[in-house]
Amino acid sequence: MSAGTNQTGGTGSGLVKWIDSRLPIFSYMQKEYAEFEAPKNFNWFWNFGAILTFMLVLMIMTGIFLAMQYTPHTGLAFDSVERIMRDVNFGWLLRYLHANGATFFFIAVYIHMFRGMYYGSYKGPRELLWMLGVVILLLMMATAFMGYVLPWGQMSFWGATVITNLFSAIPLVGDSIVTLLWGGFSVDNPTLNRFFALHYLFPFLIFGVVILHVIALHVTGSNNPLGVDPKGPQDTVPFHPYYTMKDSVGLAVFVTIMAAFVFFAPNFFGEPENYLEAAPLVTPAHIVPEWYFLPFFAILRSIDFNIWFIDAKLAGVLAMFGAIGVLFILPWLDKSPVRSAKFRPMYKWFFWILLLDCIILGYVGGKPTDDAVFAGAAWFKIIHLGYITTFWYFFHFLILLPLLGIFERPKPLPKSISEAVLGGGTSGAAATAKPMEKA
Amino acid sequence: MGIVCNLRRAAAATGLIAAAALVSTSAFAAGDAKHAEEQDWHFEGIFGTVDKASAQRGLQVYLEVCSGCHSLKQVAYRNLSDLGFTEAEIKAIAADYDVTDGPNDEGEMFERPAIASDAFVSPFPNNEAAQASNNGALPPDLSLQVKAHAGGANYIYALLSGYEDAPVGKDVPNGLSYNPFFPGELIAMPAPLAEDGVEYSDGTVASVDQMAWDVVNFMQWAAEPEMEQRKKMGFKVVLFLIILSAILYAAKRKMWSNLDH
Amino acid sequence: MSDDTQDHDGSRRDFLYLSAGAFGAVGLGAALWPFISSMNPSADVLALSTTEVDISQIENGQRVTVKWQGKPVFIDRRTPKAISEAESTDLGDLRDPQTDADRVIQPEWLVVVGVCTHLGCVPKGQKPSEQRGDWGGWFCPCHSSHYDTSGRIRQGPAPLNLPVPPYEFLNDTNIKIG
Repeated sequence: MSAGTNQTGGTGSGLVKWIDSRLPIFSYMQKEYAEFEAPKNFNWFWNFGAILTFMLVLMIMTGIFLAMQYTPHTGLAFDSVERIMRDVNFGWLLRYLHANGATFFFIAVYIHMFRGMYYGSYKGPRELLWMLGVVILLLMMATAFMGYVLPWGQMSFWGATVITNLFSAIPLVGDSIVTLLWGGFSVDNPTLNRFFALHYLFPFLIFGVVILHVIALHVTGSNNPLGVDPKGPQDTVPFHPYYTMKDSVGLAVFVTIMAAFVFFAPNFFGEPENYLEAAPLVTPAHIVPEWYFLPFFAILRSIDFNIWFIDAKLAGVLAMFGAIGVLFILPWLDKSPVRSAKFRPMYKWFFWILLLDCIILGYVGGKPTDDAVFAGAAWFKIIHLGYITTFWYFFHFLILLPLLGIFERPKPLPKSISEAVLGGGTSGAAATAKPMEKA
Repeated sequence: MGIVCNLRRAAAATGLIAAAALVSTSAFAAGDAKHAEEQDWHFEGIFGTVDKASAQRGLQVYLEVCSGCHSLKQVAYRNLSDLGFTEAEIKAIAADYDVTDGPNDEGEMFERPAIASDAFVSPFPNNEAAQASNNGALPPDLSLQVKAHAGGANYIYALLSGYEDAPVGKDVPNGLSYNPFFPGELIAMPAPLAEDGVEYSDGTVASVDQMAWDVVNFMQWAAEPEMEQRKKMGFKVVLFLIILSAILYAAKRKMWSNLDH
Repeated sequence: MSDDTQDHDGSRRDFLYLSAGAFGAVGLGAALWPFISSMNPSADVLALSTTEVDISQIENGQRVTVKWQGKPVFIDRRTPKAISEAESTDLGDLRDPQTDADRVIQPEWLVVVGVCTHLGCVPKGQKPSEQRGDWGGWFCPCHSSHYDTSGRIRQGPAPLNLPVPPYEFLNDTNIKIG
């Protein structure tokens, strides 16, 4: 008996066959997961697809059970969350899993994205796969933002106020749109109610787009750390059991780390201020979004000057959405024919600089703009660091990437995955750099 | 070799993200106020538990001193069993306070003594009444204060035990007090604790520091009553997950060993 | 599988897969428990599981309804006639045989949960204006179950007598239900 393969193929039981000939779910699973051939050289960064699937299911599960106890009303929401924490059986566990789950969901999605950028996974023929991923990111952000409003703490309220006010930057109709979003003239009960309804809905939209994401993945096949397409069976292994097992290892480690936070430092990623009930007349001294929004928040704040005829407020909002917008067109900004950064000596450096830039943007987003960056140099403020890092972010995507495609000389690509794996890296007889083959 | 190398890179990446988060969260501890010193709390650490004797004394401080102005809405009298109080003791504590209940058959609201299932009775019927009685300042509810400040228990302990005379040249307006640990250093709450402000039945000397210590232990429990269960369960869960990860890793190695990878 | 070393290798592999599978299954199973448990009554709900009632104002022949654990509880200060009817019933006539003495602490006071044992409706008969059924107790309007003056099922689809909640007399004027 071969390890772990299921018997759903042609040899299934009568019932399985009966169902499968009418609704081919078993043969679909067999084809897309059991027999599905994946490049054999994935590294551990390829675990994050499975980890993200798990996180989505965990968030939906905990969310549904929390919703059974939560009350979306301004007068009751905060107390209902505390009741979950104190009186509901394991309510504290469900809530801390959900709150820390959001954090770890974003950690995983950011690693997943930067992996895609490092190994050029967004390049043809995987452009739509990548764009669907960006759609998922946008939906996740919307879901996370609305979910953060539900406990009705100080940060919930003021975060909701600030973020919905972003739309007031839109010329002419901005204020009407904000009033529409609020269902009133400030963030209040109608706002909380609709955010709850939408927060419950969006994960299922995400689930739908995830299915499209996976379908697109299974059409093109996975990218791999070398970025060269598999040439035949010697380059691949069946997804099951090889990658189901490997994904399980990565998932177990990831969940272990998350559990350590959930049980021993559940509020590490949270804002203390959100344990104070929302007070619509008292703004906290320092409003910050959750950590996963900080880089975008930094870009928003860094545009504090008018750009030509666009006033600063609108320009900041455009820049923030533009930061995600450039990801949509990334497959066409990067002109290099080589996928993996392993064979792109210059891009490799700029990749790490971009990662550092994003981390600094996160740091900038969490600090008051007037603070000095270094204790000894008061003239160099956080806002200045914000200018530089915001500039670099767009410079990287809009200027550098197209230019690199022209000026960079890639290293020789291996002929095939198995040659590179057996030959020990790239030292084997390698073809000169040539455009990647279309699958 | 590849695995080790990849792991190292993965670790570096996660480390960076964690560092970014650390930096961003620590940003809020900053301020112009004096930084609260780290104290050695009984509830800290993976195996930390509630110091029940101290928290019981803290309850006394809360009831005799703080509860004149501060509510404790999220905690019910029945919860005191966590701190080792018996059912009869809890009933007796609750019965000292009156709650408004109703309406009765005549449609009237009425007062009755609190029972174990009631939440701690608030000193004021609503925030407006609380502000009116406190020069416009709102005494915060104490249920979650330990979680609601970046400095947590250390901050509240420093604040309660840190009242001192204002330095020369510092103007303290009427109705405010000087406290170097409070953001802005001017606080509407007058120094709440005085030497021997309560009389402990267990003979502990009720110094200001001792009372601050006890009431913070009490407030910490009030903010996270699930803490002991959480840590106990967490130890088992994390241990289980580590073993599971190890077994899965071994199985994965075995599975992949027959591939020329 | 004739080769010894291969056999050994195979059993080691099988052991690893088995323990991995077993551990995973146990972990998943255990992880489900908090979810299911969270749907059970929470601590604040359980804390409200007793109700104290002042019965000093209830007159002879009067019935009152109080709420206990979200359900109606019928308290009936029975007339001597109702008591004698309840006590003289032949157990053979009952679908759910129970003596009246088993259902009361003091014969004057009948305390039953006012939820029909058929499908959970609240039977009529608490108010003098309401129909009390053919046995002078309660009548469930949903599917015509008749209960007698001891709250025992006499006619209709309900299978069991109206249940007696746990209660005690704290003193002459107060009872504690639950």
